[in-house]
Amino acid sequence: MTMLKVRDLNVHYGGIHALKGVSLDVPEGAVVTLIGANGAGKTTTLRAITGLAKPTKGRIEFNGHDITAASPHEIVRLGVSMAAEGRRIFYNLTVIENLMMGAYHRDDTAQVRKDVEWVTTLFPRLKERFGQKGGTLSGGEQQMLAVGRALMSRPKLLCLDEPSLGLAPMLVQEVFRVLSQIHEEGCTILLVEQNAKAALRIADYGYVLRGGTITMHGDGKELLADESVRQAYLGE
Amino acid sequence: MNAAVFFQQLINGMSLGSLYALLAIGYTMVYGILRFINFAHSDIFMVGAYSAFFFIVIFRIPWPLAAALAVCFTALVGMTIDRVAYRPVRDAPRISALITAVGVSSFIENLGLVTVGARPKAFESPKFMSRVFHIGPVSITGVAIWVPIITFMLLVVMMYIVYRTKIGMAMRSVSTDIEATRLMGVDVDKVISYTFALGSALAAAGGILWACKYPRITPLMGVYPGWKAFTAAVVGGIGSIPGAMIGGFIIGLIEVMTVAFFPDLSGYRDGVIFLVLVVFLLIRPTGILGETLKEKV
Repeated sequence: MTMLKVRDLNVHYGGIHALKGVSLDVPEGAVVTLIGANGAGKTTTLRAITGLAKPTKGRIEFNGHDITAASPHEIVRLGVSMAAEGRRIFYNLTVIENLMMGAYHRDDTAQVRKDVEWVTTLFPRLKERFGQKGGTLSGGEQQMLAVGRALMSRPKLLCLDEPSLGLAPMLVQEVFRVLSQIHEEGCTILLVEQNAKAALRIADYGYVLRGGTITMHGDGKELLADESVRQAYLGE
Repeated sequence: MNAAVFFQQLINGMSLGSLYALLAIGYTMVYGILRFINFAHSDIFMVGAYSAFFFIVIFRIPWPLAAALAVCFTALVGMTIDRVAYRPVRDAPRISALITAVGVSSFIENLGLVTVGARPKAFESPKFMSRVFHIGPVSITGVAIWVPIITFMLLVVMMYIVYRTKIGMAMRSVSTDIEATRLMGVDVDKVISYTFALGSALAAAGGILWACKYPRITPLMGVYPGWKAFTAAVVGGIGSIPGAMIGGFIIGLIEVMTVAFFPDLSGYRDGVIFLVLVVFLLIRPTGILGETLKEKV
């Protein structure tokens, strides 16, 4: 079943036409990745889906709900959460407070407590840092916190914007290991990545974005093997 | 100057300082979240004093209840100002919000002049406020003692809300990153509304206590306390709540001590405070507890 359906999405920033009719589908239970160069419109697509950018044209549907004009807090309540680009953790809040912010709209306190346990089994390092201010964490830890915080809303669809950006190779591996694990536990993932190789490896399906339009799409493995993709995005 | 007089001035300074602290918190909280100075905050202070006055004199409501009602009413006024004046310019450049704030301030002051008139009204303070205590050679009025005590209790409640409750956590997260807070499923407008309510409630409490101390109230009574509380917020570090409290006490003490130690300068008591503002803006614009400026991109 298609969980997220994006049709003919157009977004303008001032005079800039950032997205020119993007259409994509995210089936339930899948990992879908969006790859492309800087400025291709990857982040803008995620911002439109999560309600931070208002589309000028087109339609976004999540589990049958029209969320094109919905506000971010309504979209989160429906089950879409995002670990935004640049981590965006609350540096003046402690690590545990950051996680609790992720569960802000939930009132099932007992389950929230269990989910804190769950996130700390995914990222054991966060547990040692619970009382520390978010701003004192290292870049890698901040990224883990950002993903953990996004998971605290128990999303049906998790959107990730460049989760590996600026991380050491070992940490990149760890982030991707956790993403696979979350996926196995039943979470649908929409992943935006510069690290196209790593992204396509775990993805069921991929879209290539260029200049605000989808230029190519196919199975993760298909795209990985495609000559033009290899040349343009995998540096081969 | 002997120890007794110094002690007496110290209490007076703390008393005045706690009023500035109550008012400074509202400036700093709104700045922390929306990055503009809410110039109408000093008028909220005045609305607090007037609403208590009307509840007591016209509706004949007993003093403590009248004060509580006035605080709630003023909190509502603060939320309304945000709703009708600031929310529409939320996404506009910050300067628009600042100009709007100046306009709102002028509007409330003139509305006050038109409706209740410029003639000062005599504020009826409760008996426990006007009693005089004698401790050895020191004599202190009830107001000077009660004001810091009530302020302290209010600050404890406010700190509890900001640092121990869910809505307080959201207020702090909004002040770091509004957009990321939206992504947490938080209705940010609601959080901002609560922030205005909390800041306005404290300003109202400040206004009522101010009226107990100086029982002549006018529609422009908030102007000078407002500027000084703004100075206190800058001195403490704008955006920092503990900073606003510390700044409030510092400004109160400086003002009272200037008059006590240099009686010749007592005519310049307001000027001295603004000199402090200028010095801080030149030497340490981030204040005592302020963070080094991180310009938001």
